[in-house]
Amino acid sequence: MNPDYLDFEQPIAELEAKIDELKLVEGSEDFNLNEEIARLQAKSQSLIESIFRNLSPWQIAQLARHPKRPYTLDYIEHLFVDFTELHGDRMYADDAAIVAGIARFEGQSVAVIGHQKGRNTSENIRRNFGMPRPEGYRKALRIMELAERFQMPVLTFVDTPGAYPGIGAEERGQSQAIALNLQRMSGLRTPLVCTVVGEGGSGGALAIGVCDHLSMLSYSTYSVISPEGCASILWKDAGRAEDAATALGITAERLKELKLIDEIIQEPLGGAHRDVETTCANIRSTLSATLTRLASMPVEDLLAARYQRLTQFGVFK
Amino acid sequence: MSWLEKLMPSRIRTEGTGKGKVPEGLWDKCTSCGAVLYRSDLERNLQVCTKCNHHMRIGARTRLLAFLDESPLEEIGQDIEPKDFLKFRDSKKYKDRLGAAQKSTKETEALLVMKGCLKQLPVVAAAFEFRFIGGSMGSVVGERFLRGAQRALQDSIPLVCFSTSGGARMQEALMSLFQMAKTSAVLDRMRSQRIPFVSVLTDPTTGGVSASLAMLGDVNIAEPKALIGFAGPRVIEQTVRETLPEGFQRSEFLLEHGALDMIVERKDLRDEVHRILCILLHK
Repeated sequence: MNPDYLDFEQPIAELEAKIDELKLVEGSEDFNLNEEIARLQAKSQSLIESIFRNLSPWQIAQLARHPKRPYTLDYIEHLFVDFTELHGDRMYADDAAIVAGIARFEGQSVAVIGHQKGRNTSENIRRNFGMPRPEGYRKALRIMELAERFQMPVLTFVDTPGAYPGIGAEERGQSQAIALNLQRMSGLRTPLVCTVVGEGGSGGALAIGVCDHLSMLSYSTYSVISPEGCASILWKDAGRAEDAATALGITAERLKELKLIDEIIQEPLGGAHRDVETTCANIRSTLSATLTRLASMPVEDLLAARYQRLTQFGVFK
Repeated sequence: MSWLEKLMPSRIRTEGTGKGKVPEGLWDKCTSCGAVLYRSDLERNLQVCTKCNHHMRIGARTRLLAFLDESPLEEIGQDIEPKDFLKFRDSKKYKDRLGAAQKSTKETEALLVMKGCLKQLPVVAAAFEFRFIGGSMGSVVGERFLRGAQRALQDSIPLVCFSTSGGARMQEALMSLFQMAKTSAVLDRMRSQRIPFVSVLTDPTTGGVSASLAMLGDVNIAEPKALIGFAGPRVIEQTVRETLPEGFQRSEFLLEHGALDMIVERKDLRDEVHRILCILLHK
């Protein structure tokens, strides 16, 4: 089994391994295997299409956590120039689970903040698997306030399993750090644009996710609790995560129907990691259009619209 | 009277068949020291153990009626009721859970909001009902909190909230997460309009409620030994795989770590909150 592919992608993995083998042979021998390779590539394409046409919420949850999925720094590299990372909360530490900085987006000065996961074990330990501690949220707020002072829009990228549930995090006020971000972001006098690119894990995601425009990549998720967590609490069985994923409605499509998000950014077939360029082009056009729209609003109108947006959430009799 | 008793001639019937039996609901046990307490004593003492001073959980309505002056009282947002808009079903239907919670608590949702007076000072006061699905915050809780805070803004009077909640309500999924942003947004308005908000954290306040409105008080108060935190102790233990320090996530621990302004006993809350508000309001 190829660890770079998910369970339901294994047939694709096998086919692509075969194609790779043939390509190797083709390079070394005189055989002309082009036809066979082309045939297999077409087959692989239609296989991907059929697998991805009807993904279950649980499969999308797995894709959102795909080991090859692009992370915030990958998007930053493609979407921004002059990215300058800024570190630390000025109080306690620098939390590597959140990256923050200033940059240019299509010539305009912006602030960029996002969760950052690691690619390998050592990086994951350093970045705490993208689970921020209070200092991460405080750094994020510091950069947002910097952006407010220098009149730069804030672009955030959400990709976290959640805020870190640890002893130190509690001692240093995890709840207060998240709460303060929610409060201050709702009144921040500059545009806030949020894109969920992977896992939108509960309060840990929302703490950099309050915004004027919320988009999700098509294979990302956003949820009040992880499917596993929900299953272990409500079904008393973490193995029921698949059922929980369906019940919670964590996919971009479902959340758009519920009017909880503004826009779905399409990923290429097979997921963002299969074609990072196209994914970034799609994100770029959304960000660009959104920033243009928000920039035309006087700040008081922007804040009134944001307040309206945040306070209308809710369904009741 | 059973059919057998009806058949028996009255002279055979023994009066007071309940002899030796304790009538239901006369006694309660302290959840901390185990002392058996006379219920009416306990109620008079606002569910605080008369033996060991342990602060047991108290219902939202009892809480607000004890906190506010007898009159005038006006309930805010009682007309909005929960709706199972996701048709959420785990081991039980959400609709059934709501029905059961409404029946057992005699409340329509997990947050009760009232406008009243605190020692003649007009305030809006809100209290979570923990017995209503763990005091969890869904759409109705968020909306009632919003309306309470908006009323405080409109009348330029302070807001006091007693929280006790497990966090966001899973059965309303992402909608309940967004209640954190909603309640925090109105508290930002209160902050910019300089209307005081006093948050009283009571046992237990965790998850999405502690990570939003409960930690945003101009003054944060807790009752003694309340469990307060972002993640629950069990989740933390499973994550870090160590035993948690003594008193971890209790009010005293939070005070020591700088998350709270003070710990106040239930019997003193009226006086303390009143004094704080009067100072802040230059009264």
